[in-house]
Amino acid sequence: MTLLAVERIKLFSTRSPYWCSALALVLGVGLTAIIAASTDNGQLSLGVTQFGSSQLALSVVLVMAALAVTTEYRFSTIRATFLAVPNRTSALVAKTVVVAFIAGVLGEIIAFGSVGMAKLLSPASDLAINTSGEWRHVAGVGLLYGIGAIIAIAVGILVRQTAGAVAILLVWNMLLEGLIGIIPKAGVKIQAWLPFMNANHFLQLGGDNAAEQAGAGIDFKLSQWGSLGYFAGIAVALLVVALIVAKRRDA
Amino acid sequence: MWQTPSKPQSNHITERGKPMIEAVGLTKRYGRTVAVDDLSFTVQPGRVTGFLGPNGAGKSTTMRMILGLDRPTAGRVLIDGKPYAELDRPLQTVGALLDAKWVHPNRSARAHLRWLAKSNGLPNKRVDAVLEAVGLTQVAGKNAGGFSLGMSQRLGIAAALLGDPKVLLFDEPVNGLDPEGILWIRTFMQNLAAEGRTVLVSSHLLSEMALTASELIVIGRGKLITQSSTQEFIDGATGNSVLVRSPQLFKLGPLLVDKGFTVRDGADGALSVSGATSDQIGDIAAANGVVLHELSPQRGSLEEAFMQLTGDAVEYHAEIGK
Ligand SMILES: Nc1ncnc2c1ncn2[C@@H]1O[C@H](COP(=O)(O)OP(=O)(O)OP(=O)(O)O)[C@@H](O)[C@H]1O
Ligand SMILES: [Mg+2]
Repeated sequence: MTLLAVERIKLFSTRSPYWCSALALVLGVGLTAIIAASTDNGQLSLGVTQFGSSQLALSVVLVMAALAVTTEYRFSTIRATFLAVPNRTSALVAKTVVVAFIAGVLGEIIAFGSVGMAKLLSPASDLAINTSGEWRHVAGVGLLYGIGAIIAIAVGILVRQTAGAVAILLVWNMLLEGLIGIIPKAGVKIQAWLPFMNANHFLQLGGDNAAEQAGAGIDFKLSQWGSLGYFAGIAVALLVVALIVAKRRDA
Repeated sequence: MWQTPSKPQSNHITERGKPMIEAVGLTKRYGRTVAVDDLSFTVQPGRVTGFLGPNGAGKSTTMRMILGLDRPTAGRVLIDGKPYAELDRPLQTVGALLDAKWVHPNRSARAHLRWLAKSNGLPNKRVDAVLEAVGLTQVAGKNAGGFSLGMSQRLGIAAALLGDPKVLLFDEPVNGLDPEGILWIRTFMQNLAAEGRTVLVSSHLLSEMALTASELIVIGRGKLITQSSTQEFIDGATGNSVLVRSPQLFKLGPLLVDKGFTVRDGADGALSVSGATSDQIGDIAAANGVVLHELSPQRGSLEEAFMQLTGDAVEYHAEIGK
């Protein structure tokens, strides 16, 4: 518990998490606002409210989480941390828990904020969250952020530099997984096992705009919750590797 | 701005002879570079121990290994009988200032100390106490990135003092400070040692160590050169050169070389002879009918002595006169 408090103090005593959170909020909710404003009143569906939160804003949250580690390496406060807490694994796990939790809360705020924004701009549309699928589609964003943050922290620990970690995360999440689909035949099969594709699969909402949603056209072998478990499994595996590396190498 | 360090609040006298820091066969390789090579030494409580060596000698590397940041390739180092990683709440046993820049520039000095305090179960009033002790209370809410070198150094010392530790490590703490700052840190360290604490401070300047430390661990190229009291080190390493002035140096020089003394050209056409006493040189001159105009023993500078001792152990030779 002490270590969680330590990481909380560290995180909230610098500005970058506030800026990143604000940016994620503006991008996530803002994109929904643009979509809502350009759709006829009454025609908006719940399935399009999370475009911003699950794509753009997610990227910002990944960057925020990676920064939480890479700035520590950048300014060598990681050494100060390891002096205070020589058990590196506990120190880094505490940081992961705090950052993932904050990312998760932020995800819920952005997801429900987006729905709220859509309701405000398109009051005649049916945006009620009733079915379990609809709940998963909206509330699931927080889970996505939390797990995404674990991946970002693992990458941050392994790479140690902000530029490198951010580049890897953005290219991976925004470009690479989508581009693999270009490979004839095999591409789509591979995509069914890529972590962020599975994350999007988890969020998918059947119905009218299923074809517009990320991950459409991929034949996933896992159930939607199975996909989330797979995404989480990869995140944890990556973190374990990062923790082992951090423990072994010189700080 | 500089304040006199506060009076002792606690006493940490440990039984004499039992070292607080003990390195045995400590070795660190980075790829093909051997940064620290089979280094063994002990550091006793109650005095300032200087850790002396030229640039690149391996001082910082050794300190990082003492603190468990770098993993030794071989050997071990114990603090109060334990490896650093096994200390419970380490900041309450060891305080270290390796680099004053290990602070997030956008975090306030107080926030920096607060998370450190929290991590080792120290109350927030310790934060205020150490800020007061180093004279940073006024700027505690300011971001550390805007601090001058002197202020950063004091913040680093505040962090080291946070847990009221009995062992303190400082890596080149006076580097880049003005004379006032240097004096403040020197006094501070001596007071800490007088309280019975173990203080290990590194430097590449013997002149600085001569004023601060009572015990010296001297290393060069990662190897131990000597561990002795500062006085012994200085006595043993200086004062054995003699300045000789004579109109017949062309005759005397080769005679001295024949006797196995080291002869170098001194200032104003004089000779500087090391390894010989003035008596010996006077006798040789008389026996050979050489007229002497001056024969004076020189107390070599500490720096010269240091260079002499670490001569072949200096990592980076200055390329003077080439
Ligand atoms: N992380 C590292 N990777 C590779 N080589 C290193 C590393 N750290 C130190 N070295 C090398 O090890 C040697 C000792 O370096 P170290 O910094 O310990 O010396 P120092 O005595 O502290 O020198 P200075 O007085 O310049 O601070 C040097 O040759 C240095 O280049
Ligand atoms: Mg150094």
